Amino acid sequence: MKDSISSSPIFNIVSRILFAPIIIFGLYVQFHGDYGPGGGFQAGVIVAAAFILYSMIFGLKKGEILVPVKINQYLMCFGVLLYAGVGVVSIFLNGNFLDYNVLASNSSSGQHIGIILIELGVGITVATVMIALYHSFASFRINHE
Amino acid sequence: MNFLIINFFLISILLLTTFYIFKTTSLISVVALTGIFSLVCTAIYVNLDAVDVAFTEAAVGSGISTILMVMAVAKLPEGKKNQLVNLFPSIILSVSTVIVLMLIITNLPLLGDPNAPIHLHVTPEYIKESKSVFHIPNVVTNILASYRGFDTLGETIVIFTAGLGVIVLLTSNTLNRKTKFKKKVKNNER
Repeated sequence: MKDSISSSPIFNIVSRILFAPIIIFGLYVQFHGDYGPGGGFQAGVIVAAAFILYSMIFGLKKGEILVPVKINQYLMCFGVLLYAGVGVVSIFLNGNFLDYNVLASNSSSGQHIGIILIELGVGITVATVMIALYHSFASFRINHE
Repeated sequence: MNFLIINFFLISILLLTTFYIFKTTSLISVVALTGIFSLVCTAIYVNLDAVDVAFTEAAVGSGISTILMVMAVAKLPEGKKNQLVNLFPSIILSVSTVIVLMLIITNLPLLGDPNAPIHLHVTPEYIKESKSVFHIPNVVTNILASYRGFDTLGETIVIFTAGLGVIVLLTSNTLNRKTKFKKKVKNNER
């Protein structure tokens, strides 16, 4: 079924055209979350949608070459650790856990840095978890035995 | 007035979608209708000026979860795709839920009532203070990341754990390892 989709020129070209704009939009939602609606959760899902589109059209094998399973799983952990790491760093800088005021010389830029970092952590985790969900669903066979 | 008309229109679409979800027997159309349900919910949230919630609903509710459900249905064996199930227990469950909700609904504050308890607790403080304290214009981001950073850390860990669980349960690597292990045991027995 998948081969027939990837050989169809319409799906092939549309997904090639859409891939980059979806990721750009995801990054916009990620970093514009401080000023408008958006943030890590939504951005992660949007970026994941681009990769899921890719693996849907070109097949699971090519999708797993684009996002290797190992790297995906490392990034999944990295997102959570980045978030928690910001909290730990703020403890070492004589603040409370997840107190961003101490991250920079004045509290306002400290808040900016902290919020951007933790949103990045959330975004990475959500995107990689969604990709991992899709890949494990797609590679799953019911009558495996 | 416009607000009411739009809301009435959207909620009637919602009811219609629910009716068809209830009526149809093919799983794939149930999945598609659930996506539509979610999309109409998005429109309702936009109408209520909750853009952040609407954004999340559009991305997660009608986007990714529909794709994942389609994948799950595609993996089902052919015979199970259009199976009729006994609806009687679910009818009883949903009707009793509706009755309970109807009983509660009279105690709820009106939509947009400024004196509702939820608008009097910490919200005025957040709205007044957050911009002067954090210098970030989006109040939702301030609450999500700064006032309630610990909560959001928990949410991220929940998503991480869910992903981990699905990987462990479904990835073929783990299944292969199990069969390899079985083979090893058999070889040792010989």
